[in-house]
Amino acid sequence: MRWTRKHLLTMRELDASEIVLLVDTAASLQEIATREIKKVPALRGKTIVNLFYEPSTRTRTSFEIAGKWLSADVINFSASGSSTTKGESFIDTAKNIAAMSPDVVIVRHSSAGAAELLARTLPCSIVNAGDGAHEHPTQALLDLLTIREKKAHFDGLHVAIVGDIAHSRVARSDIHGMRKLGVTVTVAGPPTLIPPFVQELGVKVSYRLEDAIRDVDVIMLLRLQHERMTNGLIPSLREYSRYWGLTLDKLAKHARPDVLIMHPGPVNRGIELAPEVADGPYSVILGQVAKGVAVRMGVLLLLAGSKADAP
Amino acid sequence: MAAPVPRFREKTQVLDEAALDRALTRIAHEILEKNGGASDLAFVGLRTRGVTLAQRLAAKIAQIDGATLPVGTLDITLYRDDLGLRGAPVIRGTDIPFSIKNKTVILVDDVLFTGRTVRAALDAIIDLGRPRAIQLAILIDRGHRELPIRPDYVGKNLPTSRRESVAVRLREHDGDDRVVIEEPEEA
Repeated sequence: MRWTRKHLLTMRELDASEIVLLVDTAASLQEIATREIKKVPALRGKTIVNLFYEPSTRTRTSFEIAGKWLSADVINFSASGSSTTKGESFIDTAKNIAAMSPDVVIVRHSSAGAAELLARTLPCSIVNAGDGAHEHPTQALLDLLTIREKKAHFDGLHVAIVGDIAHSRVARSDIHGMRKLGVTVTVAGPPTLIPPFVQELGVKVSYRLEDAIRDVDVIMLLRLQHERMTNGLIPSLREYSRYWGLTLDKLAKHARPDVLIMHPGPVNRGIELAPEVADGPYSVILGQVAKGVAVRMGVLLLLAGSKADAP
Repeated sequence: MAAPVPRFREKTQVLDEAALDRALTRIAHEILEKNGGASDLAFVGLRTRGVTLAQRLAAKIAQIDGATLPVGTLDITLYRDDLGLRGAPVIRGTDIPFSIKNKTVILVDDVLFTGRTVRAALDAIIDLGRPRAIQLAILIDRGHRELPIRPDYVGKNLPTSRRESVAVRLREHDGDDRVVIEEPEEA
């Protein structure tokens, strides 16, 4: 199996063998993080641009580290402190950056489809690092790598994704990736935060945390985005945390003893996740972050390490 | 997409099972002789068949000398000078679970041809630490070097033409032990 795509835009467009290839490549590259000299020459002379229109800690930093460990030159562009504040449009900024001949542009934007738009406009490879509430494929890949390392396989696994499903690009990418690998997915949250017709993605729906976490192998919590409260989607943070916050008590009563707790970050401690759970023995949250670098190395290597002419 | 891969057919058998085994036995003795014993030696095999050959050499040295030498696995994909010319890379991972610092590393591969793989392997090893020395053990040296690289231990020197291909078949991967020269099938 060889990689033939020019871009990584969504999990939805990938087939199972492509997802497994990405996860395998990332798994092989993890070893570089344990070296004394964390650098290999694979992408020497390649230029990678981080084009971020939304704040990000983990994703931007891990793409930057991934590029640097592969010896590429990585340039960070963030919307604040750039010509964007002078009124330059997204597409104009992107075209100007493309004029400097980068090999890969990694883009995060608040609008769904931003990465797809760049892929149609620019000559270089595009990686979607999050577009609105649409997709965030590298997060799904690192979640899959984390799960496979802990559970050894995907067959017959059951994952509960809990929280604000409606506004979560992570949930959407995770659902596509997991379903293709044969993982059963239950989404759970207050009805206002579960999108209509979500069953069409092949998932089960639950409106009670206690039911959703029973007998699952993995509980993936999503960040509650505070701005949802002012939009009237939840009555109060306190109520949300009482019904949907995962505590040690609920975990002990309802979940399996070998369950994994995952969270894409940033964590709202005490809201969706009690601190004792976030830092507890079930949690693999920091492991997810470490895997993020390996996954992004794998993506950059497959995209920039080949001169694929494929669309 | 990739260019069509030419099909090869077997032309001559060069080594049978017994001859392959004898060549490895001789190389194991030469390694011990050249290094005055087995102390501070370590094997690093190049994926995939170099690793198998390294394991066999380590087993032979254990028989002769009693020493258990570590065997590591090296994937040189990230160090290739033709990365990007051959389609997307396939990474299978490096696994060297011991320190190579101040060790004499015996690098093992099945066939030595242009020398470019060995060049990449030398860079990859040195990125993992500073060995005291690196030596090169090769089952088949088929000539046509493009870089100034020379093996320390050779199973068999085999003059070939560039259009031919040398296939080292090993029990663990291919079901039998032998070395054959292959030539492209006429279209």
